Amino acid sequence: MIPVCRLEDLPKGESARVGTIPPIAVFHTDDGDLYAIDDTCSHQDASLSEGWLEGCLVECPLHAASFDLRTGRPTCLPARRPVRTHRVTVDDGFVHVHLAAEENAVEQTAVRHNGVRHNAVEQNAVEQDNAA
Amino acid sequence: MRTVTVVGASLAGLYAARELRAQGFDGRLVIVGDETHGPYDRPPLSKDYLTGRAGEEGLALTDAEERAELDAEWLLGVRAGGLDARGRTVVLGDGRTVCTDGVVVATGASARTLGGGRRTGVHTLRTLDDARALRAELTGGERRVVIVGGGFVGAETASSCAALGHTVTVVESAPLPLVPQLGAEMAAVCAALHRRNGVALVTGASVAALHGTTAVTSVELTDGRTLPADVVVVGIGATPNTAWLAGSPLALNDGVLCDDGCATALPQVVAVGDVARVGGTRAEHWTAATRQPRAAVTNLLAGHTVADARSVPYFWSDQYGVRLQFTGRRREGDTVRVTEGEVADGAPGEDGFLARYERDGRTTAVLTANRPRSFMRARRELAREIHGVPA
Repeated sequence: MIPVCRLEDLPKGESARVGTIPPIAVFHTDDGDLYAIDDTCSHQDASLSEGWLEGCLVECPLHAASFDLRTGRPTCLPARRPVRTHRVTVDDGFVHVHLAAEENAVEQTAVRHNGVRHNAVEQNAVEQDNAA
Repeated sequence: MRTVTVVGASLAGLYAARELRAQGFDGRLVIVGDETHGPYDRPPLSKDYLTGRAGEEGLALTDAEERAELDAEWLLGVRAGGLDARGRTVVLGDGRTVCTDGVVVATGASARTLGGGRRTGVHTLRTLDDARALRAELTGGERRVVIVGGGFVGAETASSCAALGHTVTVVESAPLPLVPQLGAEMAAVCAALHRRNGVALVTGASVAALHGTTAVTSVELTDGRTLPADVVVVGIGATPNTAWLAGSPLALNDGVLCDDGCATALPQVVAVGDVARVGGTRAEHWTAATRQPRAAVTNLLAGHTVADARSVPYFWSDQYGVRLQFTGRRREGDTVRVTEGEVADGAPGEDGFLARYERDGRTTAVLTANRPRSFMRARRELAREIHGVPA
């Protein structure tokens, strides 16, 4: 579990980059959801946290590849491979990323049941914070 | 159309093939490429591939799964030798012919050379084979590298060579490199990156002669200086590959002349990428090669121009840890204003910068250094202003 920042320091429409190896990008969408994906575009060396966030999609700042934050899958060229997604939680107003690798057992179950990985933050936490 | 032949198996050719299938062409698709390699991405060749940060596996633009979907006949390692008067037969360099109903010309461009005989140690950097050969020379201990040409390929190669610990000199014939692309003011800012990173920049001089009997030993300049050299990289631009079209009805003038929709003088022939002069402009840009094919294929399948292939120019360059991004069409006389970050001591400041090129109070182009997010916003604004659509 990697601490990222206080939720209030990551307003809607913004992103944060976590300097892990490999780095992680955390996004707070305009709808209030939090997502985390690998920060480096699967096409070429560019930071997705610097990308253009629109809905649940982020567009790479270098070659305009677009990724679905919910699945990590590219939605257009030039990217052809997905980026990993990671689960995000908010605990006491602090945003945490749970690395996909650390959650292997949990992930596998989730994938088997749902077909896609769920990495959106628990809605309660976000709503609470938005209300605050 | 029952058969479409894409001549050129690089970025623009592959994108054209994809577009053909995406737009419903289900006939025979032939892709001709003069290199033996399948489509690969060239921009990393002067950067991460040269420094060894990235290998060849990351360069491939397509994979077996996609190739199966494309269902194309790949004729690789064979050059196109000619196009008949009606544009219905592509003659290959080995004498074979491909009868076709439509042609996409995507033969790209070739690196210009200095001429004057072959010597080992002298390289161009355009193809994967070029990059392999250069990379091999740069791994055997410290070398004295002379880069001829201070354009983007030259600057990126210089940056990579410096990162590998070599002694690097860039020779530029103009008073300053990159002036046509960036204008004098910003060209000076980018040129400062060389010196800041320990790379010598010699301007206003070109190559008078290369010395050395079998291997290059030095570069003699027109200003009388002689630079000792173990490795010479020639980055003096590229020439569009149109020789095979000589004698065809296509109009050639530094590229295949096309209308705004990539349509040529023959209705069933379109041209895309570095070889195409679209609406008067031949843009040797990665982005143009990926964008033109959509409109070009639409127009090819329609038999006349219904879609415009032009977009706001965009290019980028990575040098010395600085990511430069440029979009728009600047003209001589535009004023330049740094509106974010700063230029410090004539070079990009620590936090980079965003510079606007302006004319009559309107932004014509934007250049950023290490400001990808600001660049994206500015690029969208500019595209909306020019075309009414986001980039």
